[in-house]
Amino acid sequence: MSQTQTNQAAVSKKEAEWMFQKMLEIRHFEDRVHEIFGTGILPGFVHLYAGEEAIAVGLCTHLNDQDYITSTHRGHGHCIAKGCDLDGMMAEIYGRATGLCKGKGGSMHIADVEKGMLGANGIVGGGFPLAVGAGLTHKLKKTGGVAVCFFGDGANNHGTFHEGINMAAIWKLPVIFVAENNGFAEATPFHYASSCKSIADRAIGYDIPGEKVDGKDVIAVREAAKRAVERARNGEGPTLIECVTYRNYGHFEGDAQTYKGEEKVKHLNDLDAIKKFYTYLTGQGIMTEEELDKMDEEVRSAVDRAVEFAEKSPHPLPEQLLEDVYVSYKTDGGAAS
Amino acid sequence: MTRQITFSQAINEAMAVSMREDQDVILLGEDVAGGAAVDHLRDEEAWGGVMGVTKGLVQEFGRDRVIDTPIAEAGYVGAAVTAAATGMRPIAELMFNDFIGSCLDEVMNQGAKLRYMFGGKAKVPLTIRTMHGAGFRAAAQHSQSLYSFFTHIPGIKVVIPSTPYDAKGLLLQSIFDDDLVVFFEDKTLYTMKGEVPEGSYRIPFGKADIKRSGEDVTIVAIGKMVHTAMKAAGELSKNGVEAEIIDPRTLSPLDEDTILTSVEKTGRLVVVDEANPRCSAATDIAALVADKGFDYLDAPVKLVTAPHTPVPFAPSLEDIYLPTPEKIMKAVQEMTGSELVI
Repeated sequence: MSQTQTNQAAVSKKEAEWMFQKMLEIRHFEDRVHEIFGTGILPGFVHLYAGEEAIAVGLCTHLNDQDYITSTHRGHGHCIAKGCDLDGMMAEIYGRATGLCKGKGGSMHIADVEKGMLGANGIVGGGFPLAVGAGLTHKLKKTGGVAVCFFGDGANNHGTFHEGINMAAIWKLPVIFVAENNGFAEATPFHYASSCKSIADRAIGYDIPGEKVDGKDVIAVREAAKRAVERARNGEGPTLIECVTYRNYGHFEGDAQTYKGEEKVKHLNDLDAIKKFYTYLTGQGIMTEEELDKMDEEVRSAVDRAVEFAEKSPHPLPEQLLEDVYVSYKTDGGAAS
Repeated sequence: MTRQITFSQAINEAMAVSMREDQDVILLGEDVAGGAAVDHLRDEEAWGGVMGVTKGLVQEFGRDRVIDTPIAEAGYVGAAVTAAATGMRPIAELMFNDFIGSCLDEVMNQGAKLRYMFGGKAKVPLTIRTMHGAGFRAAAQHSQSLYSFFTHIPGIKVVIPSTPYDAKGLLLQSIFDDDLVVFFEDKTLYTMKGEVPEGSYRIPFGKADIKRSGEDVTIVAIGKMVHTAMKAAGELSKNGVEAEIIDPRTLSPLDEDTILTSVEKTGRLVVVDEANPRCSAATDIAALVADKGFDYLDAPVKLVTAPHTPVPFAPSLEDIYLPTPEKIMKAVQEMTGSELVI
């Protein structure tokens, strides 16, 4: 399998602005959720994407609204990169009626089908067949669209990994399978749970391309993604991309992260994806420090507004409990009527 | 003479009609066409499913719409969920309902919940057709009747036809319904003939069918148990007991009114279900009447079901596993106190 290093392929200023902004939105959104969760006011579980921004953004820079993505427990970053509204996302995490799913999905199920976001997913490995189905629709309807399946290193050992990739490969579906290998499935190290040196190596079993990239390098992810998306749009079938990364927080909020070692410090500093991209953009003269710093301030404000929006939003009304179970009727809450 | 076709042909015809009506209807499953990519095989020679239920569809609609899948239920049932959510109207064939163990997550956690989790901003117009039922000497892993599993889960509609006429009309309704439907086909009914109109007609969900009217006892029977109950009713009638037989046709939604109205009239209820008895459709219907129709009852509710065992292989054991007309008559006799000649 090939190893891709940062490549000096030109990034236009417009694309660079979009990418940097989305990476910042993810980082500041997640940092704020972390902070708010610590106060105890957020219901349920949250799994934060901070540290892995380069992957969702490096992929989604090639996608449009008709392209679909499937996601994971750690889905906020995918939502943001796919264009979901920050206010609606934050309100969803707060369980408010103004949330993207009217407060009925929560952090683990945020979705916006209009934007092609087929939902974060509470089931590890849940996304493989779902991405295949979205890819099948694209192929049958000849839309030219693609489906991207983001999954973690934990899901790479799930049975659906095999069923999904094999099916996408035999039918040459426009699907891109993107492993986010952050080194730990919950607290279990990748090397313990996976009988392979690299997730990308597993592509050979399906006769499809497999590529391993530095998942902290948004340009490297963008390049690998470009090849995979083109291949998919051309009807040549799926690609498996492994992005090696690290999560800044625990598996879930509240995780003491005792399984992490010294490497954590490096990841939070020198290896940080946003710092790397900042250095790249200024070094290449694509954007100035002033421009990037201004963008940082603007994104922080946007996240503040999202929090304010969520906190001021109403809770769902009691009757909403019984709505949206079926298209054609409302359940009465009793015996299946 | 009115046209008679088999239960299997009625199901085949419903699929063909729907595929002609709507280009978005596709069929996928294991060997639903049969022999994909076998060069020498002409489409007319293709299997059309292990029981031949989908035979001929690939000839008319081609392999882009009648899709043979690998034996990978999680993969293709899960794919059907999002194919539905993204604009298709798929029919996924789960060969035997017993195989739900290989794809329960895709049905229970993905398909059934997608609309609710997304705040009503998506729909899953997917029909899962699946074979069920004992009496085929197919043993423990190919004979169960697992409809109560699905009835338990909000977001799924559950359909169990008992006649060729109902099978066609209910399957057309299922395919064009915008929710996830699990459609049960009793393998022992495939060869049963009955009157079936040509063309398109739909039977609405949540409307039970009174297969026989009577004043003395209400028998709610599910799937092929309707026919077992009809035999019992014929014998009971000779003894002066008139049974009313109700076929719910759909367990989710369930037509509570028809059941309650009948029990109000007869004062007695027997539920006949070939599934295992614990946490079952039978106990659900008994609970419904205990909750909302207790004052109508002149006798305790009786359940005639399979025992709490897997389906045995030996014909001598399988025959006593299933409810029979005699078992139904005995239950009625106990509750009416009537002296019946059995």
